[in-house]
Amino acid sequence: MVITFIKDFCRRIFWGIFNTKKNIKLGFYGPPNAGKTSLANRICKDWTGEDIGKVSKIPHETREVHVKEKVEVKQKGKKITFKIVDTPGIATKIDYENFLKFGLSKKESKNRAKEATKGVIEAIKWLDDVDAVVVVLDSTQNPFSQVNITIIGNLVARKIPVLIAANKVDLEKSNVKKIESAFPEFDIVGLSAKEGTNMEEFYESIFKLARKT
Amino acid sequence: MPYPEIEHLNSSERVRKLLKMVLSNKVILLQGKLKPEEEARLIEDTMAMIGHVKGFKGVELAVLSSKKENSLLPLIKSGIAKLLLGDRDAMTVVGPASIIKDIKKDPSKMELFLKNK
Repeated sequence: MVITFIKDFCRRIFWGIFNTKKNIKLGFYGPPNAGKTSLANRICKDWTGEDIGKVSKIPHETREVHVKEKVEVKQKGKKITFKIVDTPGIATKIDYENFLKFGLSKKESKNRAKEATKGVIEAIKWLDDVDAVVVVLDSTQNPFSQVNITIIGNLVARKIPVLIAANKVDLEKSNVKKIESAFPEFDIVGLSAKEGTNMEEFYESIFKLARKT
Repeated sequence: MPYPEIEHLNSSERVRKLLKMVLSNKVILLQGKLKPEEEARLIEDTMAMIGHVKGFKGVELAVLSSKKENSLLPLIKSGIAKLLLGDRDAMTVVGPASIIKDIKKDPSKMELFLKNK
């Protein structure tokens, strides 16, 4: 306990003097189609000018972990270099027939399902290798789904700092308050990755999150 | 399934036992709940089976946890009980996604929707 306190104290002093932190592995987790890649793209575009991955309305568009190194975010004279880790959406079931509805062929759908299952496993493995996590939730959906609870429960058990991004606030059905009531002990930022709404508050929040690492 | 049926098992055995039952098309109502890392393991193992076990599309999983205590004494009491005996007040539903259509949940109730064959 004393050692933890001293380490934390030294970290704060270093942060205060040099106003910089380096190579924080920031994971983006959540269920499929919550907007993880859209948010990761928004950040990467804002600070590096490049995207990290492709987005689509078809679930499980991200089927492998994408990493963007050296994303330098500045806020009020301070600077943090992040390694952005965008992960595939975590699900408990994947049925290739669901992809047929989006116009994919049977072969493409089966292939997508196969890759998606591998992606979920890869995302869970990465939980042991991130310093902090942004859990991206679709604010138009019921937040009490077991996948959300399992992801957050695993992060808490691993003592990984968590920020919840309640995405898609630009949509009429968005209900950030419901997410706040589901996860009252966590910092939550309502935003729209697609429209860029409330990104300033989000950047402030990831600076707060980085201080906890 | 009463909690004592999985109490003595380690994490891998618990997940294996549940998945074995799910693969035989059973919907399990479990007293208590798995640890977060066991839930993650259940998802990993489920994903590894999709595509390898004919007709298996995954699982539906939901946990209804006990109400959180706000005052100190009941909080300490329930904390000690959970530490010693596990969270037996919780309830877990797990079953094959080919049978369970959806599980709708809010903090106080859970609705299970089954598929019409």
